[in-house]
Amino acid sequence: MDFVSILSIFVLACFVGYYVVWSVTPALHTPLMAVTNAISSVIVVGALIASAAQGSAVSKWLGLGAVVLASVNIFGGFAVTARMLAMYKKKEKK
Amino acid sequence: MDASTSSAWSALAYLIAGVLFILALRGLSSPATSRAGNRYGMIGMTLAVATTLVTHGIASLPEIAAALALGGGIGFVIARRIQMTDMPQLVAAFHSLVGLAAVLVGWAAYLNPGAFGILEGAEIASHSRVEMGLGIAIGAITFSGSIIAFLKLAGKMSGAAILLPGRHVLNLGTLALILGLVGCFTQDEALWVIAAITALSFMIGFLLIIPIGGADMPVVVSMLNSYSGWAAAAMGFTLHNTAMIVTGALVGSSGAILSYIMCKAMNRSFLSVIAGGFGADAAAGGGGAVREQRPWKRGSAEDAAYIMKEAENVIIIPGYGMAVSQAQHVLREMADQLKAHGVNVKYAIHPVAGRMPGHMNVLLAEANVPYDEVFELEDIQGEFAQADVAFIIGANDVVNPAAKTDKSSPIFGMPVFDVDKAKTIFFVKRSMGGVGYAGVDNDVFYMDQTMMLLADAKKMVEEIVKALAH
Repeated sequence: MDFVSILSIFVLACFVGYYVVWSVTPALHTPLMAVTNAISSVIVVGALIASAAQGSAVSKWLGLGAVVLASVNIFGGFAVTARMLAMYKKKEKK
Repeated sequence: MDASTSSAWSALAYLIAGVLFILALRGLSSPATSRAGNRYGMIGMTLAVATTLVTHGIASLPEIAAALALGGGIGFVIARRIQMTDMPQLVAAFHSLVGLAAVLVGWAAYLNPGAFGILEGAEIASHSRVEMGLGIAIGAITFSGSIIAFLKLAGKMSGAAILLPGRHVLNLGTLALILGLVGCFTQDEALWVIAAITALSFMIGFLLIIPIGGADMPVVVSMLNSYSGWAAAAMGFTLHNTAMIVTGALVGSSGAILSYIMCKAMNRSFLSVIAGGFGADAAAGGGGAVREQRPWKRGSAEDAAYIMKEAENVIIIPGYGMAVSQAQHVLREMADQLKAHGVNVKYAIHPVAGRMPGHMNVLLAEANVPYDEVFELEDIQGEFAQADVAFIIGANDVVNPAAKTDKSSPIFGMPVFDVDKAKTIFFVKRSMGGVGYAGVDNDVFYMDQTMMLLADAKKMVEEIVKALAH
C-alpha cells in the first residue's frame, strides 16, 4: 500500500471515530476508556511480527516483551470492561 | 497460496478487525447494546492476532504462546480483583503499558527492519523512519506520563501540582528538540538518534504531567488515552496495517473528545489544564476574597432522615468524596428506603465528578443503582426548582454558585447544579475547614435552607439509614 492510501484510511477513520465517540452516552465514558485502551493494544500485531522474525535476537526479545505488555492490556481491558458493563442495569419493572 | 493472495487475505482480515473495533465503540451508545459491543471488540482482537500468527508467527509459536498467556493471565487477574473506586489508576496503568509496548515495537522494527518490510535498499525507508520516530516518541510520552498519572491517582505521590521554575521553556524546548531529532533521524539512522528520541520523550512525559493537580486528572487520563491511540496509529503506518491505523484513529479521537468534554465542563481551556498549576495554592484561590466567618447551620442524621422521608423529590449529587469513603452502597440503601416511603429519588452527575470521565456512573452501577435513575447535568438542571431536597455528598465545586455570579472566582463559567433552587439542601462534608479542589469558599454552606452534615460520608449515610428505619 502506498502512503497516500494509508493516510486516506487514517483520515477517514478519524472522522468515523469523531462521530462514533460523540454518540457514546456519558454514563459509559469509563467503560469507553477501558475498551479503547484494550483495542489500542492491537499494537500486539507489531509485537508478534517482531517476536516471530529471524535475524535479530534483541529485536525478538523486545517483541516478546511487547507481546506480554500488550496482552496484559488486551485481556485486562476487555475483562474489566465486561465487568463494568455487567453492572449497568435498568430499573426492575414491578 | 502464493504470497500476494495471502497478503490480500490478511489485509482483508485486518480491515474486518478495524470495522469490529468501530462497532465496539458504537455499542457504547447505550448500556443495552454495550455488552454486544464489547464482544465485537474481543472478536476483532482475536481476528487481528490470529491473522498475524497465521501469516508470520508459526516459526516461534511456543515463546509467543507463553508471552500471550503470561500477559493475559496477569491482565485477567487484575481485571477481576480491581476495586471500582480504583478504576482511574487502573486505566492510567494500562495506558502506560500500551505506551511502553509501542516503544518496544518501534525499537524492534529499528533493529530488524527486514522483518517489518520497511527496507529501501540497505536502509530504512525515510517515511518509515518518521513514523517510527514519532511512534516511539508518543509511546514514551504515554508511558512516563501515565506512570505519573497513576502515582498521583493511586495516592502514592502528592496529588498537588508540582511546579518547576521555567518549566514552560524547558518543556517546549524539549518537545522542539524531539521533533528536531526525528527530522535528523530521516537523514541519519544512527543508534544515538533514536536513543536520544526515546530518552527525551520519557523525560518530557514526566515533566508534562508533574505540574498537573489531582482534580485535573480526568483531562490527563483522557489525553493519555488519546496519545496511546496516536502511538498505535504511528506503528500502523510503519507496518501498513489497517487494523492498527483504524484503531489508532478511533482511540486517538476518543481521548481527544473526552478531554474536550472535561475541559468544557470545567470551563477551562485545554492549554490551561496542560500548562498545569491549578489547585497548587489553595490560599490564592477565591480571587483574593477575604474568608469571613459566616453563620451556618448544622444538621443531624435524624433531621435529614425526617425531612427526606416527608419529601416528594430528592436529588442526590455525588462527588469524589463519596468514592473516597466508599459510600455508594449505603447511599443506594438510603435511596431504597426513601423510595419505600414514596419519595422520588434521582441522582445528578456532573461531567467532572470523580477522577475520570463517567467514574461516578460506574460506582453507582456497582451499587446496583439503575442507570435510568442517574441523570446528566443538562437533563436534571430544570428539576431543582421542584426538588424538596438536594443531597450533596462528597461534591463541592460543582454546586458552587460563585461559578455563575463571581467573575473573579477561578471556577467562574463552569456549569454547576442549581441546588440553591431546592427547598432544603443537605451538604455532607467532613468538616467546615476544607474547601473544594479549586480552593474557593462555597455560598451554599451559608444559605438559609442549607444544613451541614459534618461527618465521613459513609458514616453519615449509615446513620441516616438507621434513622429512616425508625
